Order: sequence, then structure tokens, then C-alpha cells
Amino acid sequence: MKFNKGAVIDEPGSTEKNKTGGWRDKKPVIDKSKCTKCGICWVFCPEGAIYRNEKGEFEINYDYCKGCLICAEECPIKVISITEEEK
Amino acid sequence: MKTLISGNEACAIGAKLCRPKVIPVYPITPSTHTAEKISELIANGELDAEMIKVESEHSALSACIGAQVCGVRTFTVTASQGLALMHEVLFNASGLRLPIVMGVANRALSAPINIWGDQSDALAERDSSWLQFYCESAQEILDTVIQAYKISENHDVLLPSMVCFDGFTLSHVSEPVDVPEQSEVDEFLGDYIPYYKFDIENPKTIGALAFPDTFMEFKKQQEDAMRKAKETIKIVNKEFSKKFGRSYGDGLIDAYNMEDAEKCLIALGSLCSTAKVVVDNLREKVGIVRVRSFRPFPSNELRDICSGVKAIAVIDRAFSYGHAGVLYNEVKSALYDLKERPKISNFVIGLGGRDVRKEDIEFSIKNADKNEIFWVNTKE
Repeated sequence: MKFNKGAVIDEPGSTEKNKTGGWRDKKPVIDKSKCTKCGICWVFCPEGAIYRNEKGEFEINYDYCKGCLICAEECPIKVISITEEEK
Repeated sequence: MKTLISGNEACAIGAKLCRPKVIPVYPITPSTHTAEKISELIANGELDAEMIKVESEHSALSACIGAQVCGVRTFTVTASQGLALMHEVLFNASGLRLPIVMGVANRALSAPINIWGDQSDALAERDSSWLQFYCESAQEILDTVIQAYKISENHDVLLPSMVCFDGFTLSHVSEPVDVPEQSEVDEFLGDYIPYYKFDIENPKTIGALAFPDTFMEFKKQQEDAMRKAKETIKIVNKEFSKKFGRSYGDGLIDAYNMEDAEKCLIALGSLCSTAKVVVDNLREKVGIVRVRSFRPFPSNELRDICSGVKAIAVIDRAFSYGHAGVLYNEVKSALYDLKERPKISNFVIGLGGRDVRKEDIEFSIKNADKNEIFWVNTKE
């Protein structure tokens, strides 16, 4: 671990190294069989933790998803379920 | 060149000699004349700096931080409520390890409203991780501003400094001051070499979040830096003496008549001058230790110089309500490790600008061995 004086971060992009998914206590799960790929969850995710895979499906990156559940709230056809996070 | 100037002007000229580039200020009594003098020096073309007239002291110190992270020397000055309003920004300046230097013309805090001198303002910022120097004369204010830049900017220290001087008794009193040549100060101080700064070629994040797994390490670094500052203060005091022919004790404490002292008086700031007159007229073996550096606190130095002393009077111009005088607490805690502990009493004097009289000092010396806290010269 590097402790620069003044807590200065001297290389860009360090935010990526903080896997903030550890803060989550509720986990959103997309039911891909029912998802219409409208992309509203992707638009609303405040962390940019939802992305589109090669097949064009929306997926959640659980390394960074903090479990705010805005995606589940906004999904117009309610195919994002809320499950308890278990660690 | 010797000239007759007030403590506030000495502070301004001291700062000017260090060539700060950005000076954000929000004037407040009794420090106003420092800001006034600086604006005059800029207007005259004697100082090449940007003076920012901000909307509050909170903004003044924030602007210092902003300028300093861009790689320039900064300066500001305040007092009392103004310093209190800076409170949260003080911790940012020290946590970011920025060697800002600030003049503080010590004054009481309201309520009741009071614009006169005591040391409640700066001493209430004890734990902000700023170095704190307390001056005895206008000359010392000027010299300490120069020293403070040199100490703070040392890359082993990198903590901001407050140069404190008693409101009115120093800020508004004119004394002969030897003003060094600009070239001498340039040689002594050198150019400002920032430890880090914003740079488009090398992007950085400054002021980021530290999680619980790293926060303590950064705070420990600040304490390590404070410990290193003790040595740096002593070294800079010696170097200053070599260059300018003036020094202040060992930099941390300034002892007077302590060689064979049986009693001793410990205090901060200008009242030590009054105390010297009193001690000179007494037929007792009484010495004075003026604490010049309150942070870092000279615990070892006080232990060394006070071993063998039988009774100590600690004079305070600030009080920690519910306990005792601020300096008294520190001195007592430092001397606890002595094998033969002296008797030690606390004398609260001169709050809110009340005169510190010779009689008050005499009373303190006389009652030093009572092990009590006295509020001196107060009405029933």
C-alpha cells in the first residue's frame, strides 16, 4: 500500500481499484429471459455498474454495484428482482 | 534597516519578504492592519502577489489551499471569530500537508462580545495539526514569519504554521524593528519547492476519500511530521541566527534566568516581557520559560529545564472550561515524567484584554507552590 503525504493520488484511474460492491446488502438480479433490453436500468444506474455484453444483454457488474436498487425501481416491466446479499 | 512599525506591519513585511504569490484575506480586528499593509505593498509594486478579497475567513483559507496546490506560496491573516470560522478548513490544510503560513493576532472569542486580546482563539485550534508559534515582540513576529515558511516547507514537515501575536499589545504597538534586506531573505528561504502540485502533464487527485483501512496511516504521518518539526524548528532558529544575528532561545522555548532558578514562570507571548521586569526586581531565584512553539509542544525541553525547580507558575490567557488553563494542562502533562515533580499552579490572567499587571505576575510567583488554579484580579 502506498501512502503519499497529503493522501495525494498520483496515478489516474485509481477509483477502479476500489471494489465498492462490498458495501451492498441487497442485490439486484436481472431476469435475462424476460428482459426487453430497453436499457432504462443502464441509464439510471448512478454507478455505471450496468453494462451491455456481446450478446446485447444487460448485466450488472457486482464489483461496483452498491445495491441502491434504482434499477429495480425503474425497470418498466419489473424483471429485476431484489435478493438478500449473502457473504 | 531599523524602522518603527507595529506588530501588524511587522507581520505584513515579514510575509512580503517571503514573496507569497496569493494572499486571500478577510480583515478582522486586531489583524486588519496586516491585510491593509499588504494591500499597500502590492499597490506600491513592492510585492508581486494576487490579493483575493474573499467573502469570509472560511473562504480565505480555502483560497489559500486552492492556490497552494497549484504550486505557489500563500499567506493569510486573521483573529478570533475569523479563526473560529476557519476551523474545518484548518484540518484540510494540514491534512493535505500544505505549508501555508498564517498570521493570527490573538483575541478573545464571543460571547460576551469582546474585541480585545487573549489567546483563546489560537489555543482552541490546538488539535488542528498546525504548527503554532507565539511571539514576544514585533521583531519576533517578522522573524517568525520568515522562519515559519522555512520550517513548514521542509519536506519532512509539510504542515502549515500559525504565527501568533497578542492582539493590541503586539498588533497595535509600534516598536523598532530591524527589517532584513530582500536579498538576504531570498538567500535564506529560497524558492518554494512544492512537494506536490496540480500539473496537467501528471494528473493527480487531491482531497480524495480515505477508507478506514488507510485513514489512520495518514494521520500518523502528520504526527511523525510534527515530531520532525521539533528538530527543524531548532535548526532553522540556528540558521536564522547565523544569517541575521537574531535567535529565540532554542526555537522551541526561550529561557530567562533559569540557570539557578528555584521557582519558574511559564507562559506564552508578550506578557513574558512584563514578567522579565518583575523577575529582575525580585530578590528570589526566579526564572522564566517562554513557550515559543506551542505545537509541536516542547515536552522534553521543559522537562530538562524544569528539573530541579521547586515550584512553577503557569500563566494562561485562555481556559479550557471544566478543567484548567490550556498551557497549564500541557505543562503539567509534560512534567509528569520527572522523578521529583515540582509544585505547579495555574494563574488565569488577562482574558478579553484585561491588563496583565506586574502585581499579577508577582502574585503568581508568590503562589506558585500552592498547587491551585487561580483566576487573578477578578471582582466578586
